[in-house]
Amino acid sequence: MLTRDFIKLAIGSVWAHRMRSFLTALGIAVGIASVILLTSIGEGIHRFVLAEFTQFGTNLIAVTPGKASTLGMSGAVVSNVRPLSMDDAEALKRLPRVLDVVPVVQGNAAIEAGHRSRRTMVLGVGPAVPKVWLMKPSVGRFLPDDDPRHARPFVVLGSKVRSELFATTNPLGKRIRIGSESYRVVGVMESKGQMLGFDLDDAVYIPAQKAMSMFNRESVMEVDLLYAPDTDSEELSKQVKQLLTSRHGSEDFTIITQDQMLETLGSILNILTLAVGALGAISLLVGGIGILTIMTIAITERTPEIGLLRAVGAKRTEILTLFIGEAIVLASIGGIAGLILGAGGAWLLGVAVPALPTHTPWSYAIAAELVAAGIGLAAGVAPAYKAANMDPVEALRTE
Amino acid sequence: MIKLEGISREFQVGDETVHALNQVDLQLTRGDYYSIMGPSGSGKSTLLNILGLLDRPNAGRYWLDDIDTTSLAEEQRAKVRRNKIGFVFQAFHLVPRLTAAENVELPMTLAGIDPHERKQRVHSALEPLGLLDRANHRPDQLSGGQRQRVAIARATIMQPTILLADEPTGNLDKASSRDVIETLELLNSKGLILLVVTHDPEIGRRAKHSIRMEDGAIIDTSGNRP
Repeated sequence: MLTRDFIKLAIGSVWAHRMRSFLTALGIAVGIASVILLTSIGEGIHRFVLAEFTQFGTNLIAVTPGKASTLGMSGAVVSNVRPLSMDDAEALKRLPRVLDVVPVVQGNAAIEAGHRSRRTMVLGVGPAVPKVWLMKPSVGRFLPDDDPRHARPFVVLGSKVRSELFATTNPLGKRIRIGSESYRVVGVMESKGQMLGFDLDDAVYIPAQKAMSMFNRESVMEVDLLYAPDTDSEELSKQVKQLLTSRHGSEDFTIITQDQMLETLGSILNILTLAVGALGAISLLVGGIGILTIMTIAITERTPEIGLLRAVGAKRTEILTLFIGEAIVLASIGGIAGLILGAGGAWLLGVAVPALPTHTPWSYAIAAELVAAGIGLAAGVAPAYKAANMDPVEALRTE
Repeated sequence: MIKLEGISREFQVGDETVHALNQVDLQLTRGDYYSIMGPSGSGKSTLLNILGLLDRPNAGRYWLDDIDTTSLAEEQRAKVRRNKIGFVFQAFHLVPRLTAAENVELPMTLAGIDPHERKQRVHSALEPLGLLDRANHRPDQLSGGQRQRVAIARATIMQPTILLADEPTGNLDKASSRDVIETLELLNSKGLILLVVTHDPEIGRRAKHSIRMEDGAIIDTSGNRP
């Protein structure tokens, strides 16, 4: 049999039962659409989260005090963690290939400007924030490169703090009170938005040393390192480890490289996408069962036709491929409809709810289409096999 | 040329073995016209199914145009069926979703014949049957007689050696029956071996030879007409 005749016959019999074929294909369409829609949302979230994290740059290493490890005794007994000091930060900065460091101290304090006051996040940082965290001041400048031990009392406002405290007036040069000390405003950061619950716009940036004395701390909470591009982050983190171990006497700190974190995050998000895809796959499975049911019914109904095809010289293999072909046609039509529904739905969702990021990964769409055809194949095999093995005499006798 | 030698066919019905055909010998040559008559269960249909390669005998040999069909595998039998055997059934067995022309075309479609040639052959098959204006109708838009003539066109489109008709007029009125039988006889006159299974003695008598069957055996072969 010629291929085009084969396709014509398969499509012809699908078309002959339009309503039934439509409903069967709809089952697959819903399955494919849900797989595509859900993976689009999953992939959208994936990209969104990664973008949130990489907005602070990718060539970063974070060092935090304390080491997560299991000891033979209660952690409290052997709590000999030496905190990270400003000197540690200075030492790290002198490592080769490290471009700059930002020591971080975080806390909460009341801020007063004129008659207004607001309780907000205070970040004690170094002057290298614009370079390391890729955040630029929109007005004025960032903290000057003072001696870290004797930094002047300057403050840079987050954009939200600025609008809350100063509304539309120019805050540059104004004095505000943070805790009990007076600071002069030297700049306002550009808006960064929220990240994982931290509103970086609702924060003020002061020198780390000032923050340490304000919150009565001897140490910093984190040191962020910016390294030169094309640096082996693993090699560098080894050097960081060596340096700090020699300074502290033991490994009482944790090093997190940004690319390591992104990798972990990426794999978590991949599992998320896979999981929602699997949820959609359940409806795809149900659609496949629909095809199996319809094909089983069709073969019972068309028993005399199968007998006739055998009588006019159709081989068993031809009967087999004809019915499998019908199932694949059904599933593929459903698959294409589902692709349009799913991708269109994802697009609409993206337009209607801009906060919900969606992205249709075409690899998933193609995979879904192949899965649809595969389901058609799988659902078609058993009924088609039954048809091919019918006794033609019995089949012709069936009314 | 068709030759059956000692053909037997048994069926197992429960604990009982039914001998549907018992040592049947038969020889048919080009242009032969036989009717097969006999009571229900006498083995007429079984003989027809074996001649049509739809069923296999338990014993005996069957030559069709010098091919020993008893030794063929199923897929080879399908090919022989397609090229050398035509079937006409009581229930017509037209594919309901295909047009008259497409039904006639079906054996050629399965044989993979070029579509252009198929169109021509369908045209020249339908024309003498007066069915050209019905070519694009579906079976449910045709009368019984027309349906059966479409079925005959389909059965003969591959120019088979033998045409097997199982009660071809069983579902038809008198006038249509005559049309159908005349169509069959016209084809027979061109050399096609025609075998008609029937209950109707009138149709049975029209054949050149009449075979009477009983209990799976041919009990009488008589010449009806010169």
